[in-house]
Amino acid sequence: MTTLRFRPLDVGRWFVWGTFAVTLALLPLVFRQGFALTLLCQMGIMIIFALSYNMLLGQTGLLSFGHAVYMGLGAYFAIHALGLAGAGRLMLPVTLVPLAGGVCAALVGALVGWVTTRRAGVAFAMISLGIGEMVHAMSLMFPAFFGGEGGVSADRVVGAPVLGISYGPAIQVYYLIAFWTFISVAAMFALTRTPLGRIANAVRDNPERVEFIGYSAHAVRFRMFVLSAFFAGLAGGLAAINYEIVTAESVSTVRSGAVLLAAYIGGIGVFFGPAIGAVIFTYFQTAMSGITKAWLLYLGLLFIAIVMFAPGGLAMIVLQNLRVLRAGRLGRLLPHYGWAAAAALVALAGFAGLVELIYHTAAAGAAPEMRVFWTTVRPFEPGAWLVFAALLAAGATGYRAAWRRVRSAWDAVQREIGPA
Amino acid sequence: MSTPALRLERVEKRFGKTRVIQGVDLEVRRGERHAIIGPNGAGKSTLFNLISGRHPVSGGRILLGGADITGETPYRINRRGLARSFQVTNLFGNLSAFDNLRCAVLWSRGYRYAFWRPLAGARDANQRADQVLEEIGLARRRDTLAAVLSYAEQRALEIGIAIAGGADVILLDEPTAGMNRAETAAAMALIRRVTEGKTLVMVEHDMNVVFGLADRISVLVYGEVIATGTPAEIRANRRVQEAYLGHAA
Amino acid sequence: MEFLVIQTLNGLSYGLLLFLLSAGLTLIFSMMGVLNFAHASFYMVGAYFGYQITRWIGFWPGVVLAPLLVGIIGMLVERYGLRAVHKHGHVAELLFTFGLAYLIEEAVHLIWGRAAVDYSVPASLDGALFTLFGSSFPLYRAFMAATAIAMLGAIYLVLTRTRTGLVIQAALSHPQMVEALGHNVPRVFMLTFGGGSALAGLAGAVGGPAFVTDPGMAAAIGPIVFVIVVVGGLGSLAGAFIASVLIGLLQTFSVALNWSLAGLLDIAAPADTFLGEVLNLTLAQAAPMLPYLIMVLMLIVRPRGLMGTRET
Repeated sequence: MTTLRFRPLDVGRWFVWGTFAVTLALLPLVFRQGFALTLLCQMGIMIIFALSYNMLLGQTGLLSFGHAVYMGLGAYFAIHALGLAGAGRLMLPVTLVPLAGGVCAALVGALVGWVTTRRAGVAFAMISLGIGEMVHAMSLMFPAFFGGEGGVSADRVVGAPVLGISYGPAIQVYYLIAFWTFISVAAMFALTRTPLGRIANAVRDNPERVEFIGYSAHAVRFRMFVLSAFFAGLAGGLAAINYEIVTAESVSTVRSGAVLLAAYIGGIGVFFGPAIGAVIFTYFQTAMSGITKAWLLYLGLLFIAIVMFAPGGLAMIVLQNLRVLRAGRLGRLLPHYGWAAAAALVALAGFAGLVELIYHTAAAGAAPEMRVFWTTVRPFEPGAWLVFAALLAAGATGYRAAWRRVRSAWDAVQREIGPA
Repeated sequence: MSTPALRLERVEKRFGKTRVIQGVDLEVRRGERHAIIGPNGAGKSTLFNLISGRHPVSGGRILLGGADITGETPYRINRRGLARSFQVTNLFGNLSAFDNLRCAVLWSRGYRYAFWRPLAGARDANQRADQVLEEIGLARRRDTLAAVLSYAEQRALEIGIAIAGGADVILLDEPTAGMNRAETAAAMALIRRVTEGKTLVMVEHDMNVVFGLADRISVLVYGEVIATGTPAEIRANRRVQEAYLGHAA
Repeated sequence: MEFLVIQTLNGLSYGLLLFLLSAGLTLIFSMMGVLNFAHASFYMVGAYFGYQITRWIGFWPGVVLAPLLVGIIGMLVERYGLRAVHKHGHVAELLFTFGLAYLIEEAVHLIWGRAAVDYSVPASLDGALFTLFGSSFPLYRAFMAATAIAMLGAIYLVLTRTRTGLVIQAALSHPQMVEALGHNVPRVFMLTFGGGSALAGLAGAVGGPAFVTDPGMAAAIGPIVFVIVVVGGLGSLAGAFIASVLIGLLQTFSVALNWSLAGLLDIAAPADTFLGEVLNLTLAQAAPMLPYLIMVLMLIVRPRGLMGTRET
């Protein structure tokens, strides 16, 4: 006798993904300025890159210091494809160029990955560093592919517009990036729920035990490595289209370090964590860099703070508080959070002020007056220094006191609602 | 005379100059429950490590169901139908109890490295994992992370992972280590239940478990098998009494 | 002939400087299991401190004080930073030092700006040690090599003649046993981290005038030091020495040689094809890549390194 199967629509899942898609589609209407659109495009690319990185780190336990190689090579292949398409020698629609970047990067990943995924841990990290430096060094040795100092450029407008789309205007590039971001995020998420994805988690947790349940840890790592390289290359392809130029910087260790920072700050233990980190990183890099030269200093401090005090990243903090919210006890923590945040802001203001003063006075031939925090100060007299130092000291002391309150309130709440 | 499920021929293991296992001959018959006992440091866990492929042998042969598995990688040996548990709990800490079992099932159900189909649709794997979860008594801890389970629950999960894949030959390394009387009795009943129709090789210190479960016993002392036989034979064996059991047994 | 002699001496002096750097990293890694990403940053700080003290007081005080200051910073970092992260595991420690490298680089940007600073060879050490048929070997390079040898001799004496040294030697291969024996391991950790950082600072104070002193110097030399430590074998000072000298000689010679495959095989390859580029590539052009190639090959073929006692 056959049983009838009835599967109600998984409303929750459709709601989340639907909201994501709609948000992507409507964002440009909210952020109309050209600068905001540029920022959104960069964020989309970085989100794909950071999530692909977490396939290695958070999901399979592989710490890589050279992931930019795959994004960069994907970008190079894509920009060459664009050039060839523009010259009429390659019949590839621009919309699919990122895919080409991804496939080529995956092929490189397969070549490199088979040998390098034999070991995990520090050995893998060092190999990835070595390969990253190698490729970066090679980028100046082979100008035919890498374009030398000036890099490789191509026009993203190829041929006649199809259905009015030429990818000339920035808004069209945004929708291309949004499209591929949605698909990539969905695909990478789906991957976490496949046999390979789950076994990769097992390899991360206990690579030795995995071998005793029939799986070769090496083979699992290799497959995840290739897939991760694919998505990194796809992000690279989008970057190639977005900037219409690819330089040696895209395979640099700076880029590799950036994605590690972004992913870890966001939280490597949660799927969407690195996406959060990507947004924050891009914001710091693009928007904050206009306000202060010390944006990387602040980002570095945030990274260290996360490593030392919140290794689960921002996403884990969000999830833990959501759990408290669901248990109806977030209200008890909010006032303490408020005091801690206020103290932190005061300390931050003092710190930022001192940083700006140092920057100003260290430069040769500096003006006797400067603007900081919407006021004019005289950096060569002790007054401003004392004020900012006092703010920093007061804020730091206040924060320590407030944090103690947060800690005890948090512990009390955790005791009530029990372990996760 | 059918082929033995597991056979060791003159197996040796040296760590540097030290011979930890010296010329062990062992035969485990198909479908029997065979216990390996001996004093601490006799080399029992090392023997398991050699059989399951964790360490390479320094000499001799190991045959699984007649096929030579000497020097094979652990995953190849597992795919041929041998599974083991560990003396020191060795789980996937960040996965739930259910996921620990499901992972142990995936290869044997043919899912390999598939990344194009969802786990949720792997009905047979999911059902088998739930079934084993039920058998080992952890059904109500299905979604708990393995790292936060209690010690006894973790030991049960260890056994579960070993049997989930449906291997014919199961190696259990001190499954009741650290358990109290009640937990040990429950574990014994569990082991008897889940190894029905399979070949079981067990390292144990708890003599109640050994004499209650085993069909045959081998005694390992200083890397050598000094006696093999039924529980009654072993109890009466003079050499075993001197080396291990003591005369009061 | 004079090319060979001068270049060999150059390579050796550079290699000795690299050994000064990698010895500190090896000691820290062997003791504490931490691969210190910020080690090259301490090198940079040593150079900048040396520059600043030279400007305020003089070169010789700089060479003495800069490493001490860097050593103190190192001890503080270990005491208040690394120790707190220790409980989260080795990866967390690695990431901490990784973030620290960013912070130090940004702090240097903050205080001294992004351009190179003029940390130059003092007049007393300027000039050539000797000249051979028109090519000269700089006196300063000899000074560098002498400092490195003297320092390493001092380390050798400390390691073999003092109690702390014995403890450190034991901890190089068996850190847990040392702790089990009841030595004040946290204090030894702090001293080792500080000492290793001071070595890096000394390398910077001495190496800064010989090479450029700019905010990018940490990123330039850092990966090379990792190559040395990996190739030599983690945990082995002797291995680090051999690898330092090898890499020093390799880098010095390779940038000076214009050999190419096309030249060796005596074929003319078209310049703008990829194959042509590979064949026409000179050793000098490929020089930046060679150390990493060696490291990758070593990690694949023999992860233990040349003389490693522990596998990575």
